[in-house]
Amino acid sequence: MSIWVDKNTRLMVQGITGREGQFHTMNCKAYGTNVVAGVTPGKGGQNVEGIPVFNTVAKAVKETGANAAMVFVPPPFCADAILESIEAGIPIIVAITEGIPVMDMLKVKNYLKTSKSRLIGPNCPGIITPGQCKIGIQPGHIHTPGPVGIVSRSGTLTYEAVHQIGSMGIGQSTVIGIGGDPVNGTNFIDCLSAFQADPQTKAIIMVGEIGGSAEEDAADFVKANVTKPVIGFIAGLTAPPGRRMGHAGAIISGSSGTAQGKIKAMQAAGITVVENLGEMGRIAKEAFAKVI
Amino acid sequence: MKIHEFQAKELFRKYGVPVPRGSVAFTVAEAKSVGAELGTFPVVVKAQIHAGGRGKGGGVKLAKNRDEIEDYAKKILGMTLVTHQTGPEGKVVKKLLVEEGLPIEKELYLSVLPDRGTAKIVFMASEAGGMDIEEVAAKTPEKIIKVYIDPLLGFKGFHANELAFGLNLKPELIKQFNTMVAALYKLCVDYDCSLVEINPLVLTSDNRVIALDGKINFDDNAIYRHKDVAEYRDLDEEDPSEVEASKFDLNYIKMPGGNIGNMVNGAGLAMATMDIIQQAGAAPANFLDVGGGASAEQVENGFRIILADPAVKGVLINIFGGILRCDRLANGVVEAAKKVGINVPVVIRMEGTNVEQGREILEKSGLNLITAKDVSDAAQKIAAVAKG
Repeated sequence: MSIWVDKNTRLMVQGITGREGQFHTMNCKAYGTNVVAGVTPGKGGQNVEGIPVFNTVAKAVKETGANAAMVFVPPPFCADAILESIEAGIPIIVAITEGIPVMDMLKVKNYLKTSKSRLIGPNCPGIITPGQCKIGIQPGHIHTPGPVGIVSRSGTLTYEAVHQIGSMGIGQSTVIGIGGDPVNGTNFIDCLSAFQADPQTKAIIMVGEIGGSAEEDAADFVKANVTKPVIGFIAGLTAPPGRRMGHAGAIISGSSGTAQGKIKAMQAAGITVVENLGEMGRIAKEAFAKVI
Repeated sequence: MKIHEFQAKELFRKYGVPVPRGSVAFTVAEAKSVGAELGTFPVVVKAQIHAGGRGKGGGVKLAKNRDEIEDYAKKILGMTLVTHQTGPEGKVVKKLLVEEGLPIEKELYLSVLPDRGTAKIVFMASEAGGMDIEEVAAKTPEKIIKVYIDPLLGFKGFHANELAFGLNLKPELIKQFNTMVAALYKLCVDYDCSLVEINPLVLTSDNRVIALDGKINFDDNAIYRHKDVAEYRDLDEEDPSEVEASKFDLNYIKMPGGNIGNMVNGAGLAMATMDIIQQAGAAPANFLDVGGGASAEQVENGFRIILADPAVKGVLINIFGGILRCDRLANGVVEAAKKVGINVPVVIRMEGTNVEQGREILEKSGLNLITAKDVSDAAQKIAAVAKG
């Protein structure tokens, strides 16, 4: 078991003919992901190293039975591409693109609520179930199948978490990057709830950062609903208020969204908080010793 | 992106949101001539900087006659204004807004912004206007009205009524208030604003509703579709090293008082690296995310910008090579180091794809590069550098 993606996932790539889209599609395929289709309007009928390209998502789904989408479309057109996949009823849509305007995402998010699709991202590294399916830009080779579910707002910090527990001999069930934007499709609670329900997942790592209140909300959820051990990390203890720290969503507004506030909320919910990044692997091993 | 009050008021005028009569002035002479054109007293002379709290800092004055306009303009232009938002170093005032004074009966607070938690657009309003809204929210949250709007539905008459009646407006003000909030909603959406704030919004004794102040922030990711807003950018308001970094697509933020520079790939890891530096007993001098690509040119310019700060005693490079291969990055660092001429110790922690080759390249380079095997090791080594 795992969550949301596995060996039955049939992936379609929107923006497959672009440089980034093509490069990462081939990496996903090399990892073992079943890539069945690509979509680039105006390039239908072509193929990318044997993967058929279609003009529209509807056509790609009809012809190939794709049940997941990876979106590499540039920011000005990306919301449109996501909406196209929602309209086509794609269950899992993973948007890698960074830089989508917030107003566009507000519309996507509200429309998403009326559909059955799940959007992961945007501005995220993607989702991977080690050994089965990788959708995104992650370095596949650092992952190993195992009992820990990871959810994170940051790309390289996710890799860091995977690497540190990997060096302790601990593998992952599914690893999800939910993205660094202020408005995203899937949040911590969605992932925590799915990890709690997944029998393969025995323990959970959540990696957050400054900005918004998603970590505080997640902490409340953990306290009330999660019985598996959870460790957490928050980046941005030294971030100055009012400055956007790389990610569009990483900003302390007045006194809200601070790392200190998030750490406090997580500790109050019984989450073991890693305060020093270098200690994540060691602390995970200790905290998870009883269950794995 | 932030803009000045006088620029925000230009956009307000464009959308029919009432603002006081007035104009921007770059010199004392211009301030006097704007005052003369207004033809009334009192006249308000306001410093234009990208920070709040200008009044308390002495940057807003009420002139009762022509001589006072001149006196205040002389005093404020060129002054270093320190407010709770500028930091202790303050900001030099280079422009003024000169406006008519108004017969104020009541001050309100009004703002509209995208709300990340609910994914709606939210109006916030309060009868406690002219005060720090954070403080009002903390002490008396019941004094703030929030009206959430589904962007797929848009702004409707009932939304405006919820605000107007919530603020206990006099019946004769409701029509103009409702027209104004509809215009503000349109402005916020049309221009991809991350905040439109009027504090205070004033009700005058002659029954007008006027935006006495104005603040607009924009979503940086949407500036590409607003060329007129891009022209509002004021480089005087930005740190020169950050302006320089933006030319090379480097995501750089200067941290005042820091002594350890750092260069990292990925925003989350970059923030965490700053935290590590602090936990090791030093102070981060910057935030720098070189991104997933991190070309040799970017690394070179990153070094140049970090080392231009004389307070920097050492640099920590922390890279998790995913798609970006460590050997390529190591070559980039070595080339850049040779070109820039590095005069402080550099600690490099690298992990990920082709890490062994990367480390070997660094060790054989003959440069003053200290390699660290993991995050904790890097922290200890950079701490030693900071102490030495």
